[in-house]
Parts: sequence; structure tokens; C-alpha cells
Amino acid sequence: MAANVSLAAAPPYDAERVRRDFPILDTMVNGHPLVYLDSAASSQRPLAVLRAVEDYETHSHANVHRGVHALSQAATAAYEGARERVRRFINARTTREIIFVRGTTEGINLVAQAYARPRLRAGDEILISALEHHANIVPWQMVCEQTGCTLKVAPINRRGELQLEEFLKLLNPRTRLVAVAHVSNALGTVLPVKRIIEAAHGFGAVVLIDGAQAVPHSRVDVRALGADFYAFSGHKLYGPTGIGVLYGREELLAAMPPWQAGGDMILTVSFEKTTYNELPWKFEAGTPNMSGAVGLAAAMDYLESLGVEAIAAHEQRLLQLATAELARLPEIDIIGTAAHKASVLSFTMKGVHPHDLGTILDAEGVAVRTGHHCAMPVMTFFGLPATARASFGCYNTERDVASLVQALGKAREVFA
Amino acid sequence: MDLKELYRDVILDHNRHPRNFGRIEPADGRADGHNPLCGDRLSVFVVLDGERVADIRFEGKGCAISTASASLMTEAVKGKDRTAIRALFDKVHALLTRADAAPDGALGKLAALSGVREFPVRVKCASLCWHTLNAALEHGAATISTE
Repeated sequence: MAANVSLAAAPPYDAERVRRDFPILDTMVNGHPLVYLDSAASSQRPLAVLRAVEDYETHSHANVHRGVHALSQAATAAYEGARERVRRFINARTTREIIFVRGTTEGINLVAQAYARPRLRAGDEILISALEHHANIVPWQMVCEQTGCTLKVAPINRRGELQLEEFLKLLNPRTRLVAVAHVSNALGTVLPVKRIIEAAHGFGAVVLIDGAQAVPHSRVDVRALGADFYAFSGHKLYGPTGIGVLYGREELLAAMPPWQAGGDMILTVSFEKTTYNELPWKFEAGTPNMSGAVGLAAAMDYLESLGVEAIAAHEQRLLQLATAELARLPEIDIIGTAAHKASVLSFTMKGVHPHDLGTILDAEGVAVRTGHHCAMPVMTFFGLPATARASFGCYNTERDVASLVQALGKAREVFA
Repeated sequence: MDLKELYRDVILDHNRHPRNFGRIEPADGRADGHNPLCGDRLSVFVVLDGERVADIRFEGKGCAISTASASLMTEAVKGKDRTAIRALFDKVHALLTRADAAPDGALGKLAALSGVREFPVRVKCASLCWHTLNAALEHGAATISTE
């Protein structure tokens, strides 16, 4: 009985109430209510984020770290307050480890150019997985061109899971850097990053985690993971575009040269000698995206008010429901059937190209991503030019899953 | 937004049973087209008799619009000379992009593509084959991209 009482005490996740926080979900698309299943590309923003940005722009904006006047102090407090919010969200040790960047892509490029490029030499190796987004492939290819080091790629299996044994075999004393996604954007596979980090550290390699698809769907604790670098984007986390975070261990960041130069990243400048600013500002040349940072902090407040774990559990229910529904359709092939997945359902329909499918679904108001998902090697592995991808966020409901299934029926009709 | 306007029977038929599908080797002209947005790829092969396209084939993987458009194109241009093909491309381009494009008898079955203009993101799908044909005729061998 006691167990029943405590179950009843936990309020069920109310996605209908959550939906009311997202005004854009009231949009009509082609005569149908919007069914937004593209949060893995970019999530929508709740009113709390929109209002925080508006409030900053309306009442607190000036340049940061510069003026002694009231607004400059307010802007600095808002911006640095956002940094502290991010620190708490991912449990970093200090705000010196929180670098604001434009997004995950910029975070990875920062590490590639300021950490890897000055250190790696011919003979050194960078190890990635075959699941990576182009943003976690191309920056390392550039470092290889620049330094003569070699890129190694750990394979995946037909379920879209990293072959951990193969990955571990590829680790060796020449491995200087490991860069892997926490969650695959194309397939939704959750990678065993804690295990990967421990193994890489055993060989003295530094590890960057591309967390763009993980932070919105799970509680991420960078210290518990042991990550050296962890990058993610605001706009996939219900925050604004143009803001993201690179977490880096202080010891590593402190030893890295700045990667862009300009205002804010210096302490003193003369024509003879310039001294660089302290962390984290050493890596934030130029006037930063203050309203973006404020919006991101508001998004984190919002997510914690719903409960990150409660959202994740809700999304898992939707993912399981959608997977079961689509598995019943004989013309649908689900691409990516890893045992451990988050939020993403990639699929193809026999006889219907994903691009046609995207258009037909859109005509029914259902927004999914179609294409290669910036992960062409993943598509090549499965012998596909593209897939359709439905992804779930905190505001999706079982009704959205039903609408997807219904719209797929429409596609079958058009191509009958 | 009417899906039936986009996916007309002619389009669905040419998608399911593309005409002139395959390679010609050796060819007088060949070009590869690529639409990075959706991953569509197609190759166009032409055999020339002077200024005239004596034979044409295409192969590749793409959406229904790109496959049907390529199939319809090969039927429409076979036997025509470069000047006539260029004029036809102009008419197709107007059909795909201009809301005020008047029905043109010269288009024949290509007129089935008129529904594409209601779907601006799909115009590239329909025009990829034409750009690729142009490249095959002008440069002999090339790769072109819609981006």
C-alpha cells in the first residue's frame, strides 16, 4: 500500500500543460494544427525564454565588462549570472570552465584549433565514431591536414550502436584525442560515454563529447562523466540560437592559447606585448551574445521546473510508443535500433523517398526532418541517401505520435 | 496546398517506371548532378549527332519529383537540337518558378510538373536533371550541384 501511495503522490507529467508554454505550437500548418517532431534539429522556445530575452533587451542591455554605468553593470550581471546557471546545470566545478560560444559546432572548432592543432603531430591519432555529425568530423579532418596527424573511426553495427570492442582496440598510446557524440543526432543512439572516457584516459587521451543531442534529454553531469570537453547548443535545449556552451576542464583551458583575438579576451595591450584575459573570457573575443546567454539560462530554469528526469521519462514513453506503432507498418523500416536510444526515430518508407515523405507529412501539418541529418557517413553505412526523422521534445504528446502514423497513411495513399 | 497537384499520375508513373533509365558508354557527354539538401544524385548520358541529341539516358537515386522530371526530360529532348533544348529548359524553368506561367503546348507531358511551383523547396528536385543535362551538353563531363 505504501508503494501505491508514493506512486500516487508523484504527479504525472502533464505534456498538455507544457504545450501551453510554447505559443508557436498553436500555429496552423497547411490547414492542420502543427505537429512538431523536429526538436532534434531545433527545439521551440517556451514563453519563459522569450520573456527573459525580451526583458533583458528592454531593461538591461548595454555592453558587458566595460562600462561603470548602471546598464553595463546590469548586462554584465545578467551575462555572468547566466554562466553560473550553466555551471550548475552541468555541474561544472567553476564558471571558469564555462565558455559561451555560438553553438556546439563552434565549441568543437575551438577545441580543434586551440587544443589539438598546437599539440598534435604526425603519428598522433584522433579517434571518433562512425556515428558523428559532420561538425564532429570535419574540424578533426582539418586538424589532420594542419598537423599531419591521423583520423581513426570506430565502426558501428547494423543496429546503429558503437562497436565498443572495436573502439577499445583502436585506442592506443598514439591516441591523443577522442571525440564522440553523447547521443547520435541521426539515429538517437546513446553512446557509453563514461566507459569511453575512462578507457581513453587510460591511454592519456583527452576526450571531447558532442552533447548537442544529449543535454535536452538527460541529466548531464560533466564531472561524473569525467569529460575533458563537453559542447552543446542552446537552441536544441529550448533556448535561443547563436548561443552554446563549451565546457572544458580548467587545467586544459588554462594551458590553451586563445583561438580568436579581440576585445574582452585581453588584460593589457601594447604594441610590444599583450596579456590575455583570465578564463573564461580568454576564449570570448568581442562582444558576446548576452541575450542568448540570458535566454539559455531561462531555458535551464524552465527545464528544471519541469524536471529534466521527468521530461526524459516522458520522451522515452513517446519514443517507445512511436517505435511500436511504426514497427507495425510493413512498409516502414526503422533505421537505428540501438538498445539505448534517446528521442529520435529515424525511418524510411518502401517506395517513397524521404524527401517526398517530408512534403506529404508537411501537407498534413507534421514537421519531421528529412535528409542525411549532417551525418552522411551514417547514411552511407546503411546504404541510404536519406531518412525521415521524427524527434520528440518535452511538449510532444501521444496525439502527435498518432498524427505521424496517420500522415504516414496519407503518404501510402498518395504513392499507392 | 494540394498534394494531388504535385504527385499527378504522370509523375507517379514516371517515378515508378522511369523511361530511358540506365547508362550509355561510351557517351559523347556525361554529367553528374547532386542535390546536397536531400542527397539526390543523378547522371545524364548523351549521344550527339551533330547538334542533335540522338540518344539520352539517366540513372541515379532520387525523390519522385527528381526521378519523374528526369524521365520526362529524356523523352522530351531526345531527337531535339541544342537550341530547341535550351528553349524547352527555359519553358520548364518558367513553369517551375513563375506563378503566372501560362500553359504552353510545347511542354507536352512536362506540364505535369506545374504543381511543383506550389512547393518552392522542391523546385530544385525538378530542375536538377536539366542543369545536369546542360552540363553534359556544354562541358562534356562535369559535376553540378543545386547548392
